[in-house]
Amino acid sequence: MEGAWEIAFVFFQVWLSVIVGLIMLPAMFGVSLGFTDIYIKVLVKILEWATLRIQRGQKEQPTLPSQSANGIIEKDDGSMEEEIGELRRSHPKNLAGGDFTLCDAFYFCKKGIENIVEDQVTQRFTSEELASWNLLTRTNNNFCYISLRLTIIWGLGVFIRYCILLPLRITLAVIGLSWLVIGTTLVGLLPSSNVKNWLSDLVHITCYRICARGLSATIHYHNKENRPKKGGICVANHTSPIDIVILANDGCYAMVGQVHGGLMGVIQRSIVRSCPHVWFERSEMKDRHAVAKRLKDHIADKNKLPILIFPEGTCINNTSVMMFKKGSFEIGGTIYPVAIKYDPQFGDAFWNSAKYNMVSYLLRMMTSWAIVCNVWYLPPMTRQDGEDAVQFANRVKSAIAHQGGLVDLSWDGGLKREKVKESLKEEQQKMYSSMIVGSDFFEASVGPA
Amino acid sequence: MGSRASSLLREEDIDEIKKETGFSHSQITRLYSRFHSLDKGENGALSREDFQRIPELAINPLGDRIINAFFPEGEDQVNFRGFMRTLAHFRPVEDNEKNKDMISGEPLNSRTNKLHFAFQLYDLDRDDKISRDELLQVLRMMVGVNISDEQLGSIADRTIQEADTNGDMCISFSEFTKVLEKVDVEQKMSIRFLH
Repeated sequence: MEGAWEIAFVFFQVWLSVIVGLIMLPAMFGVSLGFTDIYIKVLVKILEWATLRIQRGQKEQPTLPSQSANGIIEKDDGSMEEEIGELRRSHPKNLAGGDFTLCDAFYFCKKGIENIVEDQVTQRFTSEELASWNLLTRTNNNFCYISLRLTIIWGLGVFIRYCILLPLRITLAVIGLSWLVIGTTLVGLLPSSNVKNWLSDLVHITCYRICARGLSATIHYHNKENRPKKGGICVANHTSPIDIVILANDGCYAMVGQVHGGLMGVIQRSIVRSCPHVWFERSEMKDRHAVAKRLKDHIADKNKLPILIFPEGTCINNTSVMMFKKGSFEIGGTIYPVAIKYDPQFGDAFWNSAKYNMVSYLLRMMTSWAIVCNVWYLPPMTRQDGEDAVQFANRVKSAIAHQGGLVDLSWDGGLKREKVKESLKEEQQKMYSSMIVGSDFFEASVGPA
Repeated sequence: MGSRASSLLREEDIDEIKKETGFSHSQITRLYSRFHSLDKGENGALSREDFQRIPELAINPLGDRIINAFFPEGEDQVNFRGFMRTLAHFRPVEDNEKNKDMISGEPLNSRTNKLHFAFQLYDLDRDDKISRDELLQVLRMMVGVNISDEQLGSIADRTIQEADTNGDMCISFSEFTKVLEKVDVEQKMSIRFLH
């Protein structure tokens, strides 16, 4: 019996020293030993082989539906005027000056049915469909048995992910987070000085690097010369809580958010001791002026770290960028936009908070192959004269969408949970009304309100 | 996820839907995924709220009428068969060349059936006539608060006058068809489904 405990103890020591030596120490110095790169390369080769195998299998059995991520229908993108105009062209009545015809309803009908089959918004709140299977059960559309070899590789994958990678990653995450709490509390004991700031940055970056290793994250940073500077606001598209780890691996930021209880609360309270972050009570969040004031004060102090904000307000599935809330753009200061794009082949980073809670989400992250993403730092932007906060927000949003190859949508991410505003329907009705009565007649009849 | 959905759809069901609607196998499975993703209650049927959750449909002035077209008289749930039957009206007409052995009667996406679908958007009480009141109701949905009652009334009167040939102050389906005979219904009431 004693022998068994001793062996277990030795095993545990070896395990820990491997982790410290091969992962933690390099993480602290920002050095990569190249294991992750090799891992990713091997993975890519295997996934390519798997894709070919599946395609071959599909050709042999034509009843297998082929996956296409291109959408179900092809839409016409004409405006209301164009489409209804075309409808009316064949109508026998002379329609100069606008009038109503029975076939006008066709336009709304067709648009409605198109949106029932495929719409731009609801698809953003579920994970992106992959063009080809990446050997994870969770992304399996239409799983059919293709070949023995493929199934064996899949089984091997399950074993590696759950029995080897998962314990490793959990260990790293635990070490990373505990070091974060302990380290920042210790640094917090020091008096304010440059040394304290330097140490705080070191502790933060080391911990985030360990956490990133804990997800097998491979991050490519582009245009590092545009990295956010102190006194500025960093703005990025939001896909998951992991975005914070991704960004904080390459720079130090002041976080903004609500005060939480539990483990999150512990982390929040300790990191704020070593450098200023902006945490709000739930009640304070409702008062927009108080929020704006605190943020303004923070960026006015040029010694404080740049604030990190996600203006979408909720997690979107990384295929599009949705409406940016104007609050962050009213504060003033320089905005540093950042675009984050995950590669879905290796693991789906999107947090579908309706479906998974935080713990199941993290477990899914840790049992994926890896997290591979690209981060682009965009040139800083400021509000121009004659531009209001909403226009500025849209300009920043377009820049981020363009860089990340994401679809630029004006729809509110809040539609995940809430109903659409009536005013949007009223806009449609107004547009149509001007087509019936002719725009000049319309203005005359409505008159000043 | 829209993933395992297709495994709940049996091959026999797919074949029946294929015969009835003319959609291809892959189109049916893709539309089933869509049906499944709209079905938040996961009970195999869609309610009106499920449709209302689509923002672009919720802002469509005729959104409620379109949603109504999916639900049979007096019912609150539509299953996948019913969903496909309604969507089948919007299949392009030329695709019929591939499916000559359809069930007897006109295919769901014929010109007549497309026009009938549109007719029922106006004919709220389904009595096969569009009365002045029904026309006014639909007009009001499309224009909101932007046009006065009197103006809307005269638009409705003018429309009925032009279409009505038998003098009953209502528009029957044949009168509706006659007025719109030159309109390219096949193109305007069709959706291009991929593969």
